[in-house]
Amino acid sequence: MAEDRENAIISEVHKKISDAFDVFDHERNKTVDVREIGTIIRSLGCFPTEGELQEFITEIEEEEATGYIRFERFLPTMTKLLMERKFRPIPEDLLLQAFEVLDQEKKGHLGTEELTKYMTQDGEPFTQEEMEEMLSAAADPDKNVIFYKDFVSMLTVDDK
Amino acid sequence: MGCGVTKQNQKQIKKASFSVPAMRAALLIQRWYRQYVARLEMRRRCTWNIFQSMEYAGEQNQIKLYKFFSYLMDHFTPASSERNLIAHIFRENEVCRDAEWERYFNYKNIEVPEFYSGPHLNFPLTATNATELVEAFRTKQQLHSRYVLQLLVETWKLLRILPNINHVSTCHSKEITICGDLHGHLEDLLLVFYKNGLPSMETPYVFNGDFVDRGKNSMEILLILFAFLLVYPNDVHLNRGNHEDHIVNLRYGFTKEVLGKYRVHGKKILKLLQKIYSWLPLASVIDQKVLILHGGISDTTDLDIIAKVDRHRYVSTLRPPKQRKSSAKNKQSDQDSWDEDNMTRRRVRSMTYSSPGVSRPEVQRHSLQTLSSQVEEELRERRRRAGFSLSHGDLHNSLSSDSDSDPGENLETDAEDWKQVVDMLWSDPMPIDGCVPNEVRGGGCYWGPDITREVLEKHNLQLLIRSHECKQEGYEFCHNRKVLTIFSASNYYEVGSNRGAYIRLGPDLVPHLIQYQASRSTRDLTLRQSVGRTERSALRALREQLFAHKSDLISAFQEFDPEQTGLISLNHWATAMESVLQLGLPWRMLRSQLVNHTQDGKLNYQSWFKELAIMEPNTQLAHTNLLETLYKHHSNLETIFRIIDTDNSGLISFEEFRQTWRLLSSHLQIDISDEAISDLAQSIDFNKDGSIDINEFMEAFRLVDRTQQERSNSTLSGVHPHLLQSEHPTKTLLVSASPHFV
Repeated sequence: MAEDRENAIISEVHKKISDAFDVFDHERNKTVDVREIGTIIRSLGCFPTEGELQEFITEIEEEEATGYIRFERFLPTMTKLLMERKFRPIPEDLLLQAFEVLDQEKKGHLGTEELTKYMTQDGEPFTQEEMEEMLSAAADPDKNVIFYKDFVSMLTVDDK
Repeated sequence: MGCGVTKQNQKQIKKASFSVPAMRAALLIQRWYRQYVARLEMRRRCTWNIFQSMEYAGEQNQIKLYKFFSYLMDHFTPASSERNLIAHIFRENEVCRDAEWERYFNYKNIEVPEFYSGPHLNFPLTATNATELVEAFRTKQQLHSRYVLQLLVETWKLLRILPNINHVSTCHSKEITICGDLHGHLEDLLLVFYKNGLPSMETPYVFNGDFVDRGKNSMEILLILFAFLLVYPNDVHLNRGNHEDHIVNLRYGFTKEVLGKYRVHGKKILKLLQKIYSWLPLASVIDQKVLILHGGISDTTDLDIIAKVDRHRYVSTLRPPKQRKSSAKNKQSDQDSWDEDNMTRRRVRSMTYSSPGVSRPEVQRHSLQTLSSQVEEELRERRRRAGFSLSHGDLHNSLSSDSDSDPGENLETDAEDWKQVVDMLWSDPMPIDGCVPNEVRGGGCYWGPDITREVLEKHNLQLLIRSHECKQEGYEFCHNRKVLTIFSASNYYEVGSNRGAYIRLGPDLVPHLIQYQASRSTRDLTLRQSVGRTERSALRALREQLFAHKSDLISAFQEFDPEQTGLISLNHWATAMESVLQLGLPWRMLRSQLVNHTQDGKLNYQSWFKELAIMEPNTQLAHTNLLETLYKHHSNLETIFRIIDTDNSGLISFEEFRQTWRLLSSHLQIDISDEAISDLAQSIDFNKDGSIDINEFMEAFRLVDRTQQERSNSTLSGVHPHLLQSEHPTKTLLVSASPHFV
């Protein structure tokens, strides 16, 4: 029956969410530090913006913020997110287009300074740490440029 | 910007300088990259969980080993044919007086040859000697066995006059440095000395146990620590850890290291170390306010009792101490009832302790529980039936090698004292109140914040510093910051797995933490590469576990596949994995790393196993049951073989091999035919000389990842796959990427 199947899917989704939550539940009391919520949501396959993430957190936080999120509040909201397939993954070609937009001269690559400027001043800016990490992974050490096509395919290979 | 703009809003303000498309593009890239990093972080945490649960599983194996020894001893009947083997194994443990030991450890006849280019030591040791020693080890020299023995004898003499608890003070505005587990990681110790200074009167240190095992320079670390202890006995303090134990050393690599580095005198050195271990102090207290010990505490911990125990009676802390002499009959019944009490108490506790919010992944080793209760049953039965005077007590008499003790003290005090020591060296904190036996480690307990409060109050202390557990950042506070775990071996599980840290404590007794990470290569690796590397290592270890439990897993899968289609859903896969392996791992998170191919969301489990691993081409074994057993028990096997190999030649005879297997299989109640054992023995006698090389034996059964093997076969032929794995990890990862990022 369709309902049974729906229930089976939901229970699978619940288990998936529970597994991911448990990884960060250091004290084994079904709570996680609110700062890890972003990591958990993203590792379950969602691509929220920082703003969307903040909204999500506000929704599931306690009335008096304790710095911790309880599983009971996390589960229903997260399940809804996954069932509605909100924040779907970004297709590779769209990503490539995004880089091309930034690469105004159509060089096929971006200078490290150029990219840094965009990433740390525009949109939802990166912190210095985030920027450094991205550069260390993306930049060609000799030429100090980012061949974004290769970068995108390299990072997408890692994901299954 | 303008006034009244909060940080939150600033983020959302669109910069006029960039065009809208550019802004949107940037946002997209950021979203994507952050997701990528989050997934990496998840992988890193999962990998961490794998290592931790495997480590605890390994400790469970240790318990099995002890049970096996008890079993062996109990089969020691005069008529038994295994008698020779057992006598042979335990032959070295004669009881002597201290004076006789000093003669045995005489190093004076050992000549240091002219061509020896390593460091020379003069006694009494000076600060210069100690510094030279550090420098020599940094440049990878080895200390001559004569000096080693001399240094150890002097250390032994000093330790004997130290109290159980070191009392340290921060007078003269001295700051004290506290280091946690080092586990043979010399680079970390050198890094700490470099950042913090060598031990001296101005730079006092406390080293909190677990100096040895796992890393490859345990010997050098001990020699350095002992040298500084001798030069600055008032400023260097050592606490005993649970790895300062010769039986633990047999399994975790230190024994192997010593015998490898000191082929002629290794055995003597190990014997002397046994005695030194038992004389290491158990704890240190700073300014009577800060307690430092290796493992932790329990609800019965009492420093006043600890101050008075005869610590040197506990040669190996996981075994109950030698029993005092009293009539065999009384002892037997006392022993039986004590055992019985202990057993039931433990059992009851573990059954009631089943609340869902448990501190550890629920590693309920059912097989171990039933195994241990079976063995206990057996022991009791045999004793009663045969009227053995060989009770628990006597067997430890013959096993322990320390000198005698005075008779007449009662059994109960011994048990109490022993518990105090074990708890100190083996316990772990947990987040919930209470105190329960530490079933995972097999010794000590889990203690909660209420116990911390009680014990600290009882002794007027304000902080407990302990080690014993690896922490990703090198340290961790818990119990309302009343307990601080400090761990000083960075990259403990794998390069990039964790940082190390040490503490500086001044007269204000506020701990200052300094972190570090050894190994140049770590800094050069990107986050992605270091996660990848650690992950590969963890998955390799995990795959071995999977293989070891293959038949159980297949049975579990088949339960979800009643129509025998050969396929199961991924959800069922995860459930089955956890029920068989009981490692408490997030299988749904790990699935993508372990399962490559699915058909419509279902897994073909038989072919999955085939994909999982292949054997080294050398061994052709028809008996796959045997193979699985081998994997399940292979770390115990290695330990046992090394014990049998009493002349430390690295070789054991066929007969010894066969006898051991027979004993082990009857103890574990596995059915292995003699024929299978003989076949096994012959197939691993690689040079056909009638003896088995232990190292070759262990190597032959390491699993090789098929995918790695295939790739490596295509790129470099003729090179041993193991070498490829360790030396070119990044190469295999980036096979599909462009050369730019190599």
